[in-house]
Amino acid sequence: MKAKTLSRMRSIFAHLVLIILSFMCLFFFYILLINATRSHADLQKGFSAFPGKALLQNFMNVANDGTFPMLRGILNSLIVSGSSAAICTYFSALTAYGLYAYDFKFRKAAFTFIMAILVMPTQVTAMGFLRLITKMGMYDTLLPMIIPSIASPAVFYFMYSYLQSSLPLSLVEAARIDGSMEFRTFNQIILPIMKPAIAVQAIFTFVGSWNNYFVPALVIQSKDKMTVPILIAMLRGADYMNFDMGKIYMMIMIAIVPIIVVYLVLSKYIIAGVTLGGVKE
Amino acid sequence: MRSKGKKVNYAKWGYIFIFPFFASFFIFSFIPLMDTIRYSFYEYYRSGIKEIGPNFIGIENYLNLLKSDMLKYAENTLILWIIGFIPQIVIALVLAEWFVDARLKIHGTQFFKVVIYLPNLIMASAFAMLFFTLFSTSGPINAILMSLGWIKAPIDFMGSILGTRALVGLMNFLMWFGNTTIMLMAAIMGISPDIFEASEIDGCNSVQRFFKITLPLIRPILAYTLINSIIGGLQMFDVPQILTNGQGNPDRTSMTLIMFLNSHLKSKNYGMAGALSVYLFIVSAVLCFVVYRMINNEDLNGAKTVAKKNGR
Repeated sequence: MKAKTLSRMRSIFAHLVLIILSFMCLFFFYILLINATRSHADLQKGFSAFPGKALLQNFMNVANDGTFPMLRGILNSLIVSGSSAAICTYFSALTAYGLYAYDFKFRKAAFTFIMAILVMPTQVTAMGFLRLITKMGMYDTLLPMIIPSIASPAVFYFMYSYLQSSLPLSLVEAARIDGSMEFRTFNQIILPIMKPAIAVQAIFTFVGSWNNYFVPALVIQSKDKMTVPILIAMLRGADYMNFDMGKIYMMIMIAIVPIIVVYLVLSKYIIAGVTLGGVKE
Repeated sequence: MRSKGKKVNYAKWGYIFIFPFFASFFIFSFIPLMDTIRYSFYEYYRSGIKEIGPNFIGIENYLNLLKSDMLKYAENTLILWIIGFIPQIVIALVLAEWFVDARLKIHGTQFFKVVIYLPNLIMASAFAMLFFTLFSTSGPINAILMSLGWIKAPIDFMGSILGTRALVGLMNFLMWFGNTTIMLMAAIMGISPDIFEASEIDGCNSVQRFFKITLPLIRPILAYTLINSIIGGLQMFDVPQILTNGQGNPDRTSMTLIMFLNSHLKSKNYGMAGALSVYLFIVSAVLCFVVYRMINNEDLNGAKTVAKKNGR
């Protein structure tokens, strides 16, 4: 009997801790959502647990603000993140397939090399990168945030593991016998097989790119090319006290909410994707 | 599986398929890296509108950095990382153990998983901006604490060393403990149930089981988590940068190494930025190598696991 009470106590304790942690995770976003619906005057009166009526007004204020072109920022972020996700997953799959399905002299060396650069922090090359893209005339354009994602060692490795577990080479042979050219084989036979892996990596690459602040902050200068994180940083650097607080909360909300919505819709796949190919023991 | 004679005709396709990756890496990572290393030996900065250099000065940039506040910033980075990492790994281990423990009968596992993973996907800069707003002296957190009667005057969180560092640690913790929990959970679930059953028959209690069975068996994943977190910690930038507006206030006690690098890049001091990058490069390479060897020297399989994690 005693053991049973003990195990019950443990269970209650575990639930309690989980609830507290969940509360911590959600509480800040709850305040954010509430405050984004309240007007500046309302916010000055202090905290309220209930939403106000200024949601639309705050949104219009943000949309019409030329100093912080938030909607333009969202569009830029969408372009950058969408293109990055597309070319990153496509070329990672291509590289993985090239190393998996073909036998050539430097195959092993190429693989080892990619593994070696897997954990190299991007920031250490930032200085040379900045100079390079300036020389190439890509300074203050969106391209430097998109093109380099062709070489993503981590995504490559994920694709490679996926191919190992799900692509029999006999299938490639069969395609050849049927007279399919190598590129066609990849685009029409291999890519569809890799869809699950591509979907997972597309989501993570998209989110990573959407949230990226370091590189865009270095290469973007003009306002109409800024992505959301730079606008947020600009907001932080601005003369804060004179601001309409409702507008500030609304801007943060606009930066965060799209990802949350996508996450809630796809959470099942995303959470499975965190460990997919990550743990095989 | 691979019939050699037949593949030879196709070898060129292998090169063609991997070409874009290597071309992109070469142009956007390798050349910049070499450029960075090269200019680390030059005096090369901008003063007003005048560009000084590049003049070769040997290792002077490196020596100057050592004399500057770099080591202090390294210490800050380490402290900020530890404040976030210790609770992150402890809580994640406990939660992972609870989630897989059938006897605890945790309700709504999926719900909890979704909630604790959520902060991981949030834009770090927007999250930091949110915390800055919420924890400011006139912000809602102070308002709540005051209306609860717990404090009389608003706390200036970002005015104190402890407050700022705690906030950065809290944000890092919130952003990463869910991710770690899910990783560790998958690792624990990967352990054969036979082992747990056997231990139960032998009269093993849950504490013993955790320390004697679970922990040793999930070591490769723990290694992965550690390496990932160290590398991530070394790169810590968004959160303290936005929270302190790049100043590392108060008195630069929350200035991290990458924030320091960023300020050199912004002021176009290429020589110093180059030398600092090389330091960071060496440190991250050494760190990786040490941890990797430390934890994986007996099982080669661990190496694969470490690599795989990154494919998340």
